[in-house]
Amino acid sequence: MLKLPIYLDNNATTPMDPRVLEAMTPYFLEHFGNAASRNHPFGWEAEEAVDYAREQVAKLIGADPKEIIFTSGATEADNLGIKGVYEMYASKGNHIITATTEHKAVLDTCKHIEKIGGEVTYMQVNAEGLIDLKELEAAIKPTTILISLMYANNEIGVIQPIKEISAIARKNGVLLFTDGTQAVGKIPVDVNKDGIDLMAFTAHKMYGPKGVGALYVRRKNPRVKVTAQIDGGGHERGMRSGTLNVPGIVGFGKACEIAMLDMDEDTKRISKMRDYLETELLKLEEAYVNGSREHRLPHVANISFKHVEGEGLLMGFNKNIALSSGSACTSASLEPSYVLKALGLGDDLAHSSLRFGLGRFTTDEQIEYTIKAISETVLKLREMSPLWEMYKEGIDLSTIEWAAH
Amino acid sequence: MAYSEKVIDHYQNPKNVGTLDKSAKNVGTGLVGAPECGDVMRLQIEVDDATGMITDAKFKTFGCGSAIASSSLATEWLKGKSVDDALKIDNMDIVEELNLPPVKIHCSVLAEDAIKSAINDYRVKNGLEEIKFEESVVH
Repeated sequence: MLKLPIYLDNNATTPMDPRVLEAMTPYFLEHFGNAASRNHPFGWEAEEAVDYAREQVAKLIGADPKEIIFTSGATEADNLGIKGVYEMYASKGNHIITATTEHKAVLDTCKHIEKIGGEVTYMQVNAEGLIDLKELEAAIKPTTILISLMYANNEIGVIQPIKEISAIARKNGVLLFTDGTQAVGKIPVDVNKDGIDLMAFTAHKMYGPKGVGALYVRRKNPRVKVTAQIDGGGHERGMRSGTLNVPGIVGFGKACEIAMLDMDEDTKRISKMRDYLETELLKLEEAYVNGSREHRLPHVANISFKHVEGEGLLMGFNKNIALSSGSACTSASLEPSYVLKALGLGDDLAHSSLRFGLGRFTTDEQIEYTIKAISETVLKLREMSPLWEMYKEGIDLSTIEWAAH
Repeated sequence: MAYSEKVIDHYQNPKNVGTLDKSAKNVGTGLVGAPECGDVMRLQIEVDDATGMITDAKFKTFGCGSAIASSSLATEWLKGKSVDDALKIDNMDIVEELNLPPVKIHCSVLAEDAIKSAINDYRVKNGLEEIKFEESVVH
């Protein structure tokens, strides 16, 4: 049975897995204690639950539980990881290397660091969305303390070569921070095999609750420290004060446990649906996949439908299908996706893009429905598009002098 | 962001989508916007030379729902108007009719620009002077 509306925006957030909610519920009700209350059973229960969740979370990424710092989410973990290293390692240097396709939580944090006297190199990516390893190595200077490169991109799903990046970081005595928000729980991520020193990730992208995330901070080879950005009661080994969100953390732990158990099967099923969706949509003329298809998360597809505007396209079916577009027609700036532009896409193609994020609860029927709805809408809007008409008449659109407005 | 009923209606049932013969002397064509900006409108009018009345209007638009609705509405308003009256169509009339939110006002500006541009094309083709318009300020 086809279930509407269809949710294909799993890069934005995922629905909670009912098993996660079930695990959390008691910690809102009878086990409501503060994990820092050392003197009574309410506190002990809460602490025990947090410890258990910390193990579940650590296990998913091959870490030691002591290396997990719970935060309010990935944005906070990005801030803590980058700003915390910048402050802690100030005597070693002030230079950070990142890339233009990073999430705003990383880019804006880096901009803040520039404002307070740091130096940041923003690496370009190639047309596939990947950084160049030689360029990375060349960007390292004696003052470089941190490389901050995301594991997988939120808009195009492209996976950076983290192992190769960490090898370069190690060789040069530079720490590696990675924003693992989109990757953790979806593909195997192992902080030791991958050589990651710090990593931000969050529960709500892997069928857990919103409002809880973590920063992984390596304790051995090398031992990494970050300066706290939130001061208070000295929770999380002094790195992140604030009463722990016990139900959230319990849910995060459960979500990690499920992700680990279900990953192989989920990936197999979801990537098959994604590939089918992509194959069918690419049957439309002038449809292009954005970013590397080879180095990509199994549940993501970003496709541009030339000569049709993304937001206009979404309007054709957004009552029944939830999707994102790289077009930013609603934003005040009217600037299309900076990630797509970084791939070298023209603004026109960036405006014409849709991002598909499939998930654990996506069904074959929903994909069939989506293919049909999108194909029909693209055809309908092209009939209405002056650009399509010109293209069909063989006019080279780049030769036209557009009246800027 | 939720669209108004009227925008949705024009999007789903656009009026006057199509192409007029742009080489015809009594057809004026306005092409405004740019693909990089995410919207391009082409608006055409067919004028009865004897009466100066607009007998037909067609559009094609690359853009969001509000841009499509603005141009669809513009063609409806143009049909049956004299060229002189067509010049009086103000973008704020479109904003009001379609309940466009502030971030979509540029769609209505584009529609107004397209009307003026089509009229000027018609005028120039028929040996009349091009009308100079003040630059629109709202984008």
